[in-house]
Amino acid sequence: MELAQDQLGTQVKAQVKNFSFFYGSNKAIKDVDLEVLDCKVTSMIGPSGCGKTTLLRCFNRMHDLYPGTRYEGEILLESQNLLSLDPIEVRMRIGMVFQKPNPFPKSIFENIAYGLRIRGVKDKGVINERVERALRDAAIWDEVKDRLKDMAFNLSGGQQQRLCIARALATDPEILLFDEPTSALDPIATASIEELVIGLKGKVTILIVTHNMQQAVRISDYTAFMYLGELVEFDRTDVIFNNAAQQRTREYVSGQFG
Amino acid sequence: MQGEELDLSAIVKDVQMRKSISVRKFWDTLFSFVALGFLILGLFVLLLLVFQLFVDGREKLASLGFYFSFPAPSAEEAGILSAWVGSIFVIMVTVLFSIPIGVAAGIYLEEYAKTSSSQFVRFLTDFIEINITNLAGVPSIVYGLLGLEIFKETLKLGNSVLTAGMTLGILVLPVIVVTTREALKSVPSALKEGSIAIGASKWQTIWDLILPASIGSILTGVIVSVSRAIGETAPLITVGALTFIAFLPPLPFSPRLEVNVDTGEAFQVGNYGPFDWLFSGYTVMPIQMFDWVGRPSPDFRVNAAAAGVVLVLMTLALNSAAIFLRIYFRKRIKW
Repeated sequence: MELAQDQLGTQVKAQVKNFSFFYGSNKAIKDVDLEVLDCKVTSMIGPSGCGKTTLLRCFNRMHDLYPGTRYEGEILLESQNLLSLDPIEVRMRIGMVFQKPNPFPKSIFENIAYGLRIRGVKDKGVINERVERALRDAAIWDEVKDRLKDMAFNLSGGQQQRLCIARALATDPEILLFDEPTSALDPIATASIEELVIGLKGKVTILIVTHNMQQAVRISDYTAFMYLGELVEFDRTDVIFNNAAQQRTREYVSGQFG
Repeated sequence: MQGEELDLSAIVKDVQMRKSISVRKFWDTLFSFVALGFLILGLFVLLLLVFQLFVDGREKLASLGFYFSFPAPSAEEAGILSAWVGSIFVIMVTVLFSIPIGVAAGIYLEEYAKTSSSQFVRFLTDFIEINITNLAGVPSIVYGLLGLEIFKETLKLGNSVLTAGMTLGILVLPVIVVTTREALKSVPSALKEGSIAIGASKWQTIWDLILPASIGSILTGVIVSVSRAIGETAPLITVGALTFIAFLPPLPFSPRLEVNVDTGEAFQVGNYGPFDWLFSGYTVMPIQMFDWVGRPSPDFRVNAAAAGVVLVLMTLALNSAAIFLRIYFRKRIKW
């Protein structure tokens, strides 16, 4: 979906072009076109089963892990079609934060350092510096700086999720994907994650799936509304929630179904 | 009047509810006692058996000479030195042979083949899976025949520790493959996805995260299957274990002696190589026992009973190691 004239000043980071995705013969994503703008937060909303998470997981080729899945069309990352790149390269450039915090069974420090280690970074100074920066960026440094050797599982749920964000940030991703990152968290932890996402605006391109419409309003610049595998409408968040063009979008954001 | 009737029905309902609870509680209690009864029955029979062995063999068990003498024609002099040393050598070969192959096969089947994009590979995996599960239930003597054909006849390895160890290795291989797969399966997929999502390759994910998280369960499976192998008799009889053996497999670099025919004196003719023990003849604990049980003289029964206790203790030691390792590794893992 093309954006209105006034947004053309912003650079397009990724572009989904005539894209479909199949689980076996089931077409889960149907001919979607979408633009993800550089250093903005784009949220994807829609009722359960609409394909928002499925589409998100196409961006880092997560579906490649499971047999019987197929992509059609293009997802351009800058000018390269990421569907024809090596999936490992794609995941090195596009980070992801999952629905449930999934820290590794390692220390807090090693959780962050792991992404650097698998890339072959050996210099201790570099690793220390990048770990600290990532933890600061994820607003968790003050809470963990004295216990970096503790197991990550000893952190609270909200802290674990910020640790996972730090883990993704440590490797300087071009795009960060969030798959309902607060759905397993309490309201206070949710607020801290939202604040963090807002703070990352301007530094990294963010694509976030949420089923909490208020969250989309609070944190995102652009919103895509999906329904039954199709992209119904994509626009600035305030337009989607106040002045949507499509009848279905208006019904969904006003809570008439979903 | 109206109110009283209502109260009455409420009381009746109350009583019925209580009655239903106490009936269900009765069955609860009954079942727990029945289950406990069967548990005690099983344990009791087992303990009785070990106790009987212990009582029968107590004289031998108390004498140090029993552990450090070779078998002899007379029951008093006969000991289990060559048997327990042989068991340890054979099990060492079994472990070194079956763990790398079994764990690697389990990793391949679970982490690579199952999610392969090729339909043919996935079909083949299903086929292999059925066969491996089946193999785990094949009688051990069949593995003996397999070992006889492959190791002894085709590869000409003879009546050696190597043949025996590898035959037992094949025997435990299916169990190791299956337990490895189960252990890998129990690692949450969220962990794998987390690692893959930051750009780790499959092998990095397996080596850095999946294996450390599942190593406790894998080792437990391996040790339990090896402790079963240590008591196996049938396949080793098939591949030709000796029953009367008055020497030990040569330790690496130990002096090789020869006897001068004229003087009867022993002299050194060099040293053994590092792998000569693999090609030595051997016997193992269960075979020594089996041999003694079959002797006509009742004196040997005492030896057999004592050897049985030692064998049970060896198995117990291995199983304790398995439990210890499981607790040690589980303590560090939390999902």
